[in-house]
Amino acid sequence: MLDAELIGAVGDVELEVALRVSEGECLALAGPSGAGKTTILRMIAGTQAPARGRVRCGDEVWLDSQRGVALPPEHRRCGYVPQDHGLFPHLAAWRNVAYGLRRTGRSERRRRALELLERFGLAHRASARPETLSGGERQRVALARALAVDPRTLLLDEPLAALDSRARAAAARELAAVLRGAGIPSLLVTHDFHEGALLGDRVAVIDRGRVIQEGRPEELAAAPRAAFVAEFTGAVVLTGRAYRDRGPLTVIELDRGGTATATDAGEGPVAISVFPWEITLGPCDEHGHDSAQNRLIALVQSLTAVGNRVRVGLEAGQPLVAEVTQAAAEDLGLRVGLEVTASWKATATRVTAR
Amino acid sequence: MICLPTASCRRPSSTVARARPLWFALLLALASAITLSFLFLPVLAIFVNTGWGRLVSSLGNSQSTDALRLSLETTAIATAVIALVGTPAAYALATRSFPGKAVVLTVIELPLVLPPAVAGIALLAAFGPSGILGGALKHAHIALVFQTAGVVVAQVFVASPFYLRMAQTAFAGIDRALLDTSRTLGSTEAGTFARVAVPVAMPGLTAGLALAWGRALGEFGATLMFAGSLERVTQTVPLAIYEEFANDFPAALALSAILVIVSAAVLVAVRLVAGTVAFGSAGR
Repeated sequence: MLDAELIGAVGDVELEVALRVSEGECLALAGPSGAGKTTILRMIAGTQAPARGRVRCGDEVWLDSQRGVALPPEHRRCGYVPQDHGLFPHLAAWRNVAYGLRRTGRSERRRRALELLERFGLAHRASARPETLSGGERQRVALARALAVDPRTLLLDEPLAALDSRARAAAARELAAVLRGAGIPSLLVTHDFHEGALLGDRVAVIDRGRVIQEGRPEELAAAPRAAFVAEFTGAVVLTGRAYRDRGPLTVIELDRGGTATATDAGEGPVAISVFPWEITLGPCDEHGHDSAQNRLIALVQSLTAVGNRVRVGLEAGQPLVAEVTQAAAEDLGLRVGLEVTASWKATATRVTAR
Repeated sequence: MICLPTASCRRPSSTVARARPLWFALLLALASAITLSFLFLPVLAIFVNTGWGRLVSSLGNSQSTDALRLSLETTAIATAVIALVGTPAAYALATRSFPGKAVVLTVIELPLVLPPAVAGIALLAAFGPSGILGGALKHAHIALVFQTAGVVVAQVFVASPFYLRMAQTAFAGIDRALLDTSRTLGSTEAGTFARVAVPVAMPGLTAGLALAWGRALGEFGATLMFAGSLERVTQTVPLAIYEEFANDFPAALALSAILVIVSAAVLVAVRLVAGTVAFGSAGR
């Protein structure tokens, strides 16, 4: 169990977080840049001191500012993989892996390093210099190096950010397997909610030094407690004022026109969120109204193909985004400037106080 | 491209695009030519005015060979001292922040802009017989003035800022994540310095040492004022050249040529060594 309570400052942002990660569990700290994510990893690894705090890992106390305990990083045994992987440029891949294996003999170090590289399918690159390795290979060498010291916890800083999109999917699968197999608490930070959801058993959304919401990724997406969390999970966020009406439904008068209904309760100034793939588009003259169905007249602003889907940027008083299939886009004859009806279910509408 | 019927559009755009770089390219070429010939001509003149026989015969002259030996010995010691003390000091300056750091950095650079005569006076005022540390040095039986050790002191004083500045920049350029990662892998701060910081900064460190060595080799004014110009004791090559210059100009020329050759040889050697140590962009 990794247990950290940290209070300090990142630039002019006050940092105050409490994190708990069980053995074999991976917590993803997701948030925008400047939220303090890297600082948190450094404070746990011991390369930066918080103003106050406690860090415990298993039965070891690494930091307790009240009792004046602050173990130096070399005594904490964290498997730390910094952003861009932090490979030592002057050392061959196997020497990078062997770097932490200091108390063992020379030939034993080499054998252990090669064994780890073999596990990551990189035995043939053992004597390659880091600059000749691909992004994916670098990540694997960095992971092998972190695991070589038999770490008590894994700390990964943006593990997939340095990879191109082709390498990313494979690296994510591999990384997820490593994290599951390691059996120790792991903490990774990412600026991408989907990456966090992919790799983390739980995601903690962090902004300006504070954890805003923490939970399983699907919980965060389904029940965001703040508009920031909703937006961060990729949802479209619209603002308005809510009041209770017509039985079980909440009606929201949207700022700059239009109304929406939701099954969530809410009153006063709120933000509503809906995922782009919940929004369907139809021709403007389509009739028939159903109170459980939200409908907004919107103007197509942009069209971006993403795989076999199309992301449609829309303007309906407030900006929103819909994601439709390529076929649907063609059927509708979507083009910039076209007026369409954007509709989604009241049950797909999340309401958060603002 | 949409072409509107305006004046600028009727003219083919390619001439507009090419017109400017032409005079600018000429300007760059001219400036480079002037700079290079101005810097290279005097050096070339030394060799034009010195016959090969003259070079060899001046090597047979004991005053020249003594001066050359003394120069190589003192600059080797000075460079070693600068590397041993300057490297950890530069690392501290690069990785620590403390109040008054900007002042310290300025003080370090001061000897760079100090006129040699002022440097000599300053050294005398500090380490001379009546200087502020004169009594203490005498008590410890350390003599610097008119001694070979004094030559080394003068060289270290004027040359170390070159190294400190470059080494500090090289250390400051190391990605902090590398140093952090080394610590998490069990290395102490000292271990991280030796195993990561120094090897990664090595191209910058060697370049800085080469510069410092070159400055030490050329040291003249401060040495003359602080250590004097005694043959075989404090008369380094620049001082010997100065002395020959008054009596025997061709001899001064020959000695100068030798100094140019030795300096160039060392610089090339350092380049080659640094080239094998350097590892391209990944070294930053």
